[in-house]
Amino acid sequence: MEWYLPLIWAAIIGIAVAMYVILDGFDLGIGILFPFSRNETERDQMVQSIAPFWDGNETWLVLGGVGLLVAFPRAYAIVMPALYIPVIVMLLGLVFRGVAFEFRLHARRKLGWNLAFMLGSLVAAFCQGLILGGLIQGLRVENGVFFGGPLDWATPFSFLCGAGVVVGYALLGATWLVMKTDGEVAARGRTQAKVLLVGVLAFMAVVSFWTPFAIERVFLRWFMLPNILLLWPVPLIAALTAWYGWRALEGGREVAPFVSAIALFLLGYLGLVISTFPYLVPPSLTIWDTAAAPASQIFMLLGTLLLLPMVLGYTVMVYWLFRGKVRAGESYH
Amino acid sequence: MDLDPVLLSRLQFAFTISFHIIFPSFTIGLSAYIATLEVLHLATGREVYRRISVLWIKIFAVSFVMGVVSGIVLSYELGTNWSRFSLFAGNIVGPLAGYEVLAAFFLEATFLSILLFGRDRVPPWLFAFAAVAVSLGTATSAFWILAANSWMHTPAGHEVRGGVAYPLDWLAVVFNPSFPYRFAHMLNASFLTAGFAVLAVGARYVLAGRHPDEARTMLRMAIGLTAVLAPLQLLIGDQHGLNTLAHQPIKIAAMEAHWDGSKPGDFYVFAWPDEKAETNRFAISIPRGSSLVLKHDPDGLFPGLKSVPPQDRPPVVSVFFAFRIMLAVGGYMIAAALFGVWLIWRGRLDTTRWYLRIVAQTWWVGFVAVIAGWVVTESGRQPWVVQDVLRTADAVSPVPAAIVATTLALFVLVYLTVFSAGSYYINRLLAKGVPEHPPEPAVAGPHLSIRFGDKP
Repeated sequence: MEWYLPLIWAAIIGIAVAMYVILDGFDLGIGILFPFSRNETERDQMVQSIAPFWDGNETWLVLGGVGLLVAFPRAYAIVMPALYIPVIVMLLGLVFRGVAFEFRLHARRKLGWNLAFMLGSLVAAFCQGLILGGLIQGLRVENGVFFGGPLDWATPFSFLCGAGVVVGYALLGATWLVMKTDGEVAARGRTQAKVLLVGVLAFMAVVSFWTPFAIERVFLRWFMLPNILLLWPVPLIAALTAWYGWRALEGGREVAPFVSAIALFLLGYLGLVISTFPYLVPPSLTIWDTAAAPASQIFMLLGTLLLLPMVLGYTVMVYWLFRGKVRAGESYH
Repeated sequence: MDLDPVLLSRLQFAFTISFHIIFPSFTIGLSAYIATLEVLHLATGREVYRRISVLWIKIFAVSFVMGVVSGIVLSYELGTNWSRFSLFAGNIVGPLAGYEVLAAFFLEATFLSILLFGRDRVPPWLFAFAAVAVSLGTATSAFWILAANSWMHTPAGHEVRGGVAYPLDWLAVVFNPSFPYRFAHMLNASFLTAGFAVLAVGARYVLAGRHPDEARTMLRMAIGLTAVLAPLQLLIGDQHGLNTLAHQPIKIAAMEAHWDGSKPGDFYVFAWPDEKAETNRFAISIPRGSSLVLKHDPDGLFPGLKSVPPQDRPPVVSVFFAFRIMLAVGGYMIAAALFGVWLIWRGRLDTTRWYLRIVAQTWWVGFVAVIAGWVVTESGRQPWVVQDVLRTADAVSPVPAAIVATTLALFVLVYLTVFSAGSYYINRLLAKGVPEHPPEPAVAGPHLSIRFGDKP
């Protein structure tokens, strides 16, 4: 029980984080692409395409954070203070972009809230990359408490991850626009998606070479026998997915580019999981070292088994209800 | 200057949570009002309910979004600023917060989309259902977060081993001794907050001669609700106080500025509690008033502040005054609501302009009472973060004070910007009034239109 409960919880939190990255990824991506829009009608169309979804999407972030507190309180208590600055700045970014959804509807002059939406999305995405990079490179822990400095996370590697997440979210956003809008916005999304796809591949390649050669445990994980025999298809499938996405963009497909962008994200995510599992606070603490009391994990597991299918059910319902394209000029006022 | 990381983290948490509580305390009540209006519209077919609902859904959307973004902050601040609390209480508080997310947040977020964008894409019954679901979501959220908060006041159902709390009995954890009182008190406070906001807007429109049908309906619904709930709040508050006396007597002593437990307690209408001299200055009091309320006996004794050493006492001044502000607002609410009923009974509500002018100006009373109430209960628990188990000073994260000071300044800047803009837009929506031609509900079934719905 004490052995497989943390495994189950690692899987649940892994799924919540993946859901978050994909769902809020595309709507943060819309914010990142905001500066490339031409006029207010286009911006309304872009925002409109995500307006019914963003709040639900962002709830997965709360689930990720709270899930960590529920299942791995010792990791939560180390990771959050260690990454204090990027976490707080990310939250402030999310505050600005979140209220911008409502406020730009009511503002006479939208410029300020357009900027808040764009910068908030950009900052939140970049900080999520910093958090990711900060975690992968490892945290200094002594006696179960964070022992490093407040700027330990600030390394070239974490900044690279920050930029990578921004480009990745922008790719999700661009392919979302291809799928959910029409006219100029969709056409521009298609062009942007091609550039971004190349960018994402470049970042994935750099991170894939950087981590194993900078961090020995990652190297051993990927290149030791028999792992390498099992794992070599992962980068190959990623390359094939990117190629398929490119073909779909070239071929005028509308849904396939978004799907392949998601697949690419999931493969990158899988790569990171392979690199770090079972460490939750690399390089010292595993999921078992940081797990909550079994009684707490079981109590929440029962609720999760009951409630998570319902959550997924009505999430699907809302995406179904607001399916179809958002056409230019269709806005609230 | 030597900065104290504990004080700074407390300031930051107090600021961010006080900002946050403004919105849920309003939206819990308001969503229940919107749900009532939509169900009434569905049942009676009267358009006036729908037109009122259309107006309040817009206000709700602006308030809710500020509640959402400031709430996300809190779910991370527990770790960033109070990591040692998370370490100690994660086994208990974690699952309660987890249930809040899974049972409430997703429900609210999802069905709110239907409420905001779905009027012409879903059948009327589903729209009314969405309004009810959002309302249920907000109340469920209050249930779980107050269970967690109450556990910090009256911890139960756990044991502490090696500096970590472990759950023994989940029912005892959730339904800890102060939870039923706190939940009832807070839920009722939310309804009153929304009730007085609706009352103010109705009065404002009657005074301006705008939207006569909607304004009169709002006035009457709000007076009807608050006339029941405001006196009820006095009763619940009294019971909550007795519960606090049983479990957190020093908090009560601070609320009453009661220093010496060997004498019966006076009720101080006004006083300046002097924490150094351990006495009250400039006191105007009702002799033995507190003993009468708390012990139902003018000679009844209850613990005084001096029964614990100074380092175990809460900050008396803020608790004492916050309690008085809450009481004053409560008294005003009861008076305003009951007088409104009397005016309705005499048929003079719409013509008694001085009354309408007053209630039109006092839309804020609920918010002030809620914040004052939270200051009473949270400051009153100090120096403990979990009563008698974990001190606030032992709960803080290992983050340098300068960094916390910087983020605190950022929070103040960002929240004040957001708050000013949000209240400005709400006020403008109210000035615009009830839309003349609200969108018609779908006639041809839910899925025929593939365009996005206009915002109602």
